[in-house]
Amino acid sequence: MLLSDKDRIFTNLYGHHDWSLKGARARGDWDGTKALLAMGHDWIVEQVKASGLRGRGGAGFPTGLKWSFMPKTVGERPHYLVVNADEGEPGTCKDRDMMRNDPHKLIEGCLIAGFAMRAHAAYIYVRGEFYREAERLEHAIAEAEEAGLLGDDACGSGWPFRVYVHKGAGAYICGEETALIQSLEGKKGQPRLKPPFPAGVGLYGCPTTVNNVESIAVVPTILRRGASWFAGIGRENNTGTKVFCISGHVNRPCNVEEAMGIPLRTLIEKHAGGVRGGWDNLLAVIPGGASVPVIPKEICDDVLMDFDALKDVKSGLGTAAVMVMDKSTDIVAAIARLSAFYMHESCGQCTPCREGAGWMSRVMDRMVAGDAEIDEIDVLEEVTRQVEGHTICALGDAAAWPIQGLIRHFRPEMERRIRERRGAGTPAAAE
Amino acid sequence: MPKLTIDGIEVEAEAGMTVIQAADLVGIEIPRFCYHERLSIAGNCRMCLVEVKPGPPKPAAACALPVAEGMQVWTQSDLAKKARKGVMEFLLINHPLDCPICDQGGECDLQDQAMAFGSDRSRYHEHKRAVTEKYLGPLVKTAMTRCIHCTRCVRFIEEVAGVPELGMIGRGEHSEITSYVEQALTSELSGNIVDLCPVGALTSAPYAFHARPWELHKVQSIDVLDAVGSAIRVDARGNAVMRVLPRLNEEINEEWLADKSRHAIDGLRYQRLDRPYVREDGTLRPASWEEALRAVAGRLLATEPDRIAALAGDLADAEAMVLLKDLMGVVGSPHLDCRQDGAALDPADRAGYLFNPTIAGIEDADALLIVGSDPRWEAPILNARIRKRYLMGGFPIAVLGPRTDLTYAVEDLGNDPATLEALATGRHPFAETLAQASRPLILVGQGALARPDGAAVMGYVRRLAEAVGAVGADDWTGLAVLHTAAARVGGLELGFVPGAGGRDTAGILAGAEAGDIQVVYLLGADEIDTARLGDAFVIYQGHHGDAGANRADVILPGAAYTEKNATYVNTEGRMQQTWLAVHPPGEAREDWKILRALSAAMGKPLAQNTIRDVRARLAEVSPTFAPGNDGGIVPATSTPGFAAFTGRLEATPFASPVRNYYMTDPISRASRTMAECTDVFIHGKTHGTTGGDGGLTAAADSKRTGTDG
Repeated sequence: MLLSDKDRIFTNLYGHHDWSLKGARARGDWDGTKALLAMGHDWIVEQVKASGLRGRGGAGFPTGLKWSFMPKTVGERPHYLVVNADEGEPGTCKDRDMMRNDPHKLIEGCLIAGFAMRAHAAYIYVRGEFYREAERLEHAIAEAEEAGLLGDDACGSGWPFRVYVHKGAGAYICGEETALIQSLEGKKGQPRLKPPFPAGVGLYGCPTTVNNVESIAVVPTILRRGASWFAGIGRENNTGTKVFCISGHVNRPCNVEEAMGIPLRTLIEKHAGGVRGGWDNLLAVIPGGASVPVIPKEICDDVLMDFDALKDVKSGLGTAAVMVMDKSTDIVAAIARLSAFYMHESCGQCTPCREGAGWMSRVMDRMVAGDAEIDEIDVLEEVTRQVEGHTICALGDAAAWPIQGLIRHFRPEMERRIRERRGAGTPAAAE
Repeated sequence: MPKLTIDGIEVEAEAGMTVIQAADLVGIEIPRFCYHERLSIAGNCRMCLVEVKPGPPKPAAACALPVAEGMQVWTQSDLAKKARKGVMEFLLINHPLDCPICDQGGECDLQDQAMAFGSDRSRYHEHKRAVTEKYLGPLVKTAMTRCIHCTRCVRFIEEVAGVPELGMIGRGEHSEITSYVEQALTSELSGNIVDLCPVGALTSAPYAFHARPWELHKVQSIDVLDAVGSAIRVDARGNAVMRVLPRLNEEINEEWLADKSRHAIDGLRYQRLDRPYVREDGTLRPASWEEALRAVAGRLLATEPDRIAALAGDLADAEAMVLLKDLMGVVGSPHLDCRQDGAALDPADRAGYLFNPTIAGIEDADALLIVGSDPRWEAPILNARIRKRYLMGGFPIAVLGPRTDLTYAVEDLGNDPATLEALATGRHPFAETLAQASRPLILVGQGALARPDGAAVMGYVRRLAEAVGAVGADDWTGLAVLHTAAARVGGLELGFVPGAGGRDTAGILAGAEAGDIQVVYLLGADEIDTARLGDAFVIYQGHHGDAGANRADVILPGAAYTEKNATYVNTEGRMQQTWLAVHPPGEAREDWKILRALSAAMGKPLAQNTIRDVRARLAEVSPTFAPGNDGGIVPATSTPGFAAFTGRLEATPFASPVRNYYMTDPISRASRTMAECTDVFIHGKTHGTTGGDGGLTAAADSKRTGTDG
């Protein structure tokens, strides 16, 4: 069952229409925002909770619940909303299109979400490479301020609210919420220890919530159409629509908004023109961005694309960046490339990730050529376990999981390379 | 008070504590590298991982995890052990394991914990990382390949030392600790990062490759190179002091030590007076003790008492001073003084010469005025305490004096002594700030007192203190005199000051110049203008060939602070004792013994035959020296009425007596390490291509590469 056009939230995802305020209004954005705000802070949080919206940045934490962690009254310290637009997860390009083609959805979402958590300011931390997108956001913010939608009396609600755009400097780790806060404060982007959580001590030491672009941008539509509408899409606990980014060995790579829980095969065949060379030419898919474990074709055949279904097959929905690999792929090299990425992007703060990412990457490089011993696969597996769950932030997990997925599903291929290299004769061993 | 169990032991911890602190309470040791109780929590080494319920099914860092009611912690479960073993393996894969050539060997946290928690072999077959050495100045040697990125050094320099010059650059395994644009650390506390470094990445440059910890015998003592009296441990091999490390003393130095106190010790090997000398035909020639003592005794007996004077220097111990004072009594001269800088300190007014609030008490103060002092150079340890109080917040600080970059934000009141008058008479707004404070602190340095109008300065300070309530309260005396000399308070306590009709330092020098004073006994007094001693017969008793010895007619070689059991009283009035770590060189002797022997040579032997007798005599003179008072303070009561001092303030700006932190006394002046520090920090000569002369550059470079070992 595909998502019908009337249920799409991002109606200008492809940029076919006017992205400016005029066009956005024509598509229904900023419609009755004042009335939504008039329903009160807690009503908004309750609606978002009822919609079942889970964070779209990768971890899938319930958004409404996250908002409810903010203090109910504003004390000496102001509250902040921070939007994580540091979209750096390899394979992911959804936030970019949303900011480029539908910036007002995000800005209206900022106002509503910010109001719900009693903040008067939102900071959008945009990945530095998204230079044009940041420009569009700034233009759209100026439009909204001009129209009185933001400012001292946002949408006539009496609630002062402003949105600021901050450009990052190109570090993957700054997509981690506490590292993002550090970076936003002008410090080196390194994750903070939790607790305290940002809802207690966040930006400039003030209560802060950090949300993904998509999580915020869908909120106005959820409120307008009702939580039950959103909750009615997808499966229990995995509700609503989701923008998938399909890339790799498909005929038509694309971003597409679909219902949560759509079968992976349907997603690829209906929207991406199928796997290059047909479904049977599929080798494996990384279903949620670089940090989730790869799944082989047998699982891809019938897995559903949502948080819980992918968790059940020991992978994850992540950012819903579907990377398709056909049988021409050197799967070990593909994962080794990801390991190199994590080695490069480890912030270096805590031991297991700083040291482990380099170790894993170097062993993976040897695995590509089979220049290893069979039992080194077990050592590698164990090293990933020593990194996973032992670090300050989730980057350590992200560095470990792709390798775990590879060993879980493609160990025979790794062993074959090692044996073949050894079988190729002693000259290789003697070099 | 949340209750939790750690390894089945119930612990009642204070709210806000972390698990590692709670475990320390009950003696369960959780291994750690980055965690340090006096620094902020970084949580980055991950060595302290423990299993915790309730919580996610993964180990948690005990150093960063706040305790909670009903929490269960296991430090020895399979999960915890496996986690630690994993972290240890990661720490070691890029560590060079060059322990045989590493100065940290034998006292290395990484070694110890690898033994306890690590594996016996490596599974890492890739190339190890190598990191270029960094230049951090003449005191800290680096071997950054050994660094485990715990960031203790970064946090210390930023938080305690207050000079944010260290940081981690780069990312991932290319992260490196370095100083800001590779400049020497400009902190007077930089040596402490060597102690803090849990591995051999930062080691002591002057001590490099000189000794192994197991070769050293360790003696607990106190430092005398400033008036703070930091607790130290003297490590010696044979009869040589190899290094000095801080000891824990919460009242004074916590666990830090200033660079001069730590690194001036090579000065103990140079310029030493190791045998008596007698001047003959204008030149000093070696002499026997008998000859030297006879010469001195003869002079003292042959000279009219009123023409004999004695001055005690900055490093003189109380035992020697009390015997010299008694000897002067025997001789019959009232001309003696321990204030060789001429500071206007009234020995009758104890509150007027002590650091009454105590060093630890700085943390209780809620406003601070610094008058004529540069605590950063005069007492770096005490300055660190001020910074600690500053970081707690709500602590307005104003400086009327020569220096304002004291590692904390201050209100600059300029350096015009007239401002003091405005403060004392309530015409300056900061007087109001002090008055509003419930525990105002007024810190007065020797730079404000050792000047012709010192008494007037003190008078205004007392008037201000009384006006703002800094003195007079039952539980708070906020008047704080900061001394620079370890001997000074001890001298004042035992009354090493002019007797009735006696001359003070200025009077003695004037008398010597005019020929009225014919014999001057210098007990380690080097900070005077020796040219003004005129034709007087000068006896110098001390341990270094410095200004005093240069002018002397007879030299009696004494012992330095590491070579005698001696008593000192710090700026707070705290009596403490040094312990003999090595023996005095050559024929040099402990100072009290020299004076006792001199009295015998004069045929008028003093009654004290043992150190116990001398200390009993000290206790007779002042309760500060009472036998049970070691490490304690006899508090001073502030006597009102001293504010009646009047006098005119001069327009000359205040100047700190410390012009060069690295060279303030005969020991540090003889130290090559301190000379190198002087070149780098005072004269701005830097290493390498950025400037400086060739010789120094070569020396600094050899330090960096360790080729001078």
